[in-house]
Amino acid sequence: MQRFIFLTLDGLSHGAVYAAFALAIVLIHRSTRVVNFAQGAIAVASAYVGYSVAAGSGSYWLGFIAALLSGVIFGALIERVVMRPVEQGPPLNPVIVALGLVLVIQAILGMIYGNDFKPLPTPFSRTAWTIGGVAVLSPYDLFVFGAVLTLMVGLALLFSRTKAGLRMRASAFAPEVSRLLGVNVGRMLTLGWALAAAAGALAALLVIPTELGLNPNAMDLVFVSAFTAAVVGGIDSPAGAVIGGLGVGLVLSYVTGYSSSDVTPIAVLILLVAVLLLRPGGLFTSTRIRQV
Amino acid sequence: MFTLLRNFLITAGAGIVLFGLTYAVEPFRDYQLATVAAYLCATAGLTVLIGLNGQVSLGHGALMAVGAYTVALVQNAFADANHYAQWTIVVSLLLGIVAALVAGVVIGLAAARLRGPYLAGVTLAVAVVVPAFATVFSGTFKGDQGLSVAVPPPPEALGLDFPVERWQAWLALIAALLVMLLLANLAGSRYGRMFRAVRDNEVAARLAGIHVARTQVLAFVVSAACAGLAGGMFAILSQSVSPSAFSLTLSLYLLLAVVLGGLGSLAGAVWGAVALVLLPELLSSLTNAMDLSPAAAQRLEGNLPLAIFGLTLIVVMIGAPSGIQGAINRLTRRIRKPQESRLTKGGATT
Repeated sequence: MQRFIFLTLDGLSHGAVYAAFALAIVLIHRSTRVVNFAQGAIAVASAYVGYSVAAGSGSYWLGFIAALLSGVIFGALIERVVMRPVEQGPPLNPVIVALGLVLVIQAILGMIYGNDFKPLPTPFSRTAWTIGGVAVLSPYDLFVFGAVLTLMVGLALLFSRTKAGLRMRASAFAPEVSRLLGVNVGRMLTLGWALAAAAGALAALLVIPTELGLNPNAMDLVFVSAFTAAVVGGIDSPAGAVIGGLGVGLVLSYVTGYSSSDVTPIAVLILLVAVLLLRPGGLFTSTRIRQV
Repeated sequence: MFTLLRNFLITAGAGIVLFGLTYAVEPFRDYQLATVAAYLCATAGLTVLIGLNGQVSLGHGALMAVGAYTVALVQNAFADANHYAQWTIVVSLLLGIVAALVAGVVIGLAAARLRGPYLAGVTLAVAVVVPAFATVFSGTFKGDQGLSVAVPPPPEALGLDFPVERWQAWLALIAALLVMLLLANLAGSRYGRMFRAVRDNEVAARLAGIHVARTQVLAFVVSAACAGLAGGMFAILSQSVSPSAFSLTLSLYLLLAVVLGGLGSLAGAVWGAVALVLLPELLSSLTNAMDLSPAAAQRLEGNLPLAIFGLTLIVVMIGAPSGIQGAINRLTRRIRKPQESRLTKGGATT
């Protein structure tokens, strides 16, 4: 029972990160119909920036802010420079360009930092408090929950209460009409990518210290897990992404805890295939047919 | 019927030229030729999937692993039973194809339920999972270390000093030529037209009576079988299999080869396969010539090809989506007479 409680809380903590990362995938997919396969690589690049700044300045928080800012910059740059030219073409082209980005980003990171695992610091202790002899949450887990919650509330407020959010929603759902009404749709796309990359950077900063460490490939499996979470939630729904993220986190935590961590990737694959076979539209959205 | 004959003649001609080539070059080049041929099996299959059918797969490296491990296990079983004849290779390669085909059906069925990025996502998951499979079932697959493959030596009838590499080149070239012949005929057949119809407009294809999902699964299964053969060929060429040889990077390399060669034409797959073998060699001789410190050289060694490949992928996709074969087609069209080019335009774009 103790183990079950521990695994549940640990799964929720990981799930919160998957939720943040799935949100980043959903953000871009909603506005451009592209699954950004470079999301993981961009997030790792931002985490490396944070690592360098934190190591140089000695302050975790400076590194934290630098990582988020670099995420914004990377996201905006990538949308403007390499994604814009292929957005109008066949739907396959942005996917292929994103995969090219994965190779380039990981290779450049490998050239600068090497391919070994670097320890990423945490701002709070990862030692869990115990209540009545049961290990529950660590201060770091609380920080993870707080950060992801802040991200979600921030995004929700942005999309529901601000003019920029309204414009972004409008240009995602009716780009032609929005353009006629004077919305700069291109700028909204850039903003969307910047936001998504920052969310991805946050997820990378939160999850990497709990895994093996910082490495150019550190987010590969996280990306697959988060993609699964996004699919579980129906790939267009932010609320679905959050619930999907928490669900995937829990499932993987139980698998890792009761079996072994070697099995975790296989569990992700089985989960993804099962969801696609049983509820292809995701668990939380009514399936709509979208054509042409 | 005419295309069938033409494809057969082209294949036979290429076979004769390549057969002569294996005698003309040194063993190392023969081995490279064999590697190109093995890659070609995979890139040709992937061209059918991406270029003709408009689906992207990131799991072809993993499907190659399925073929390779099957061949390794079957070859070793034959060796345990003291069978060292050449037919064992054919049997194990066929079983490798079947294994990859079954994996292709499972993955394709799961992904074909929905349009869009799902196949890419599922196949990405498959690619990431390969090392985990090797570790979890380490009793059979021997974990990260991998298996060695018992391969029969070249037939004694060829003479005792016959280079192994030339024999390997023959095996791989026969496989690649067969794949090219079959795929060229497939692309020109009713199925090829169905693949293209689904790629260009799913709604119109459905209105024309084509079962879209079934067609997409079929294209995926065909390319999976080709990947299985390619993987099995690699197992026989390198006489070992390990999970690190079939990482996500391999899948991305295959994708690069197909895009660089030119989507939608089997000839492009040839250029892609050649580039996969020659580019790393070119880059490593480049870094050797640059006179770097050992630490810097070590960092560049693995990463420089990755960076160049990725950059090429992006640049080709943005600047010249039809790849090398597209450029060649444009060039030959310009050289031919204008009237003639107007006549052949309809056929040349397919």
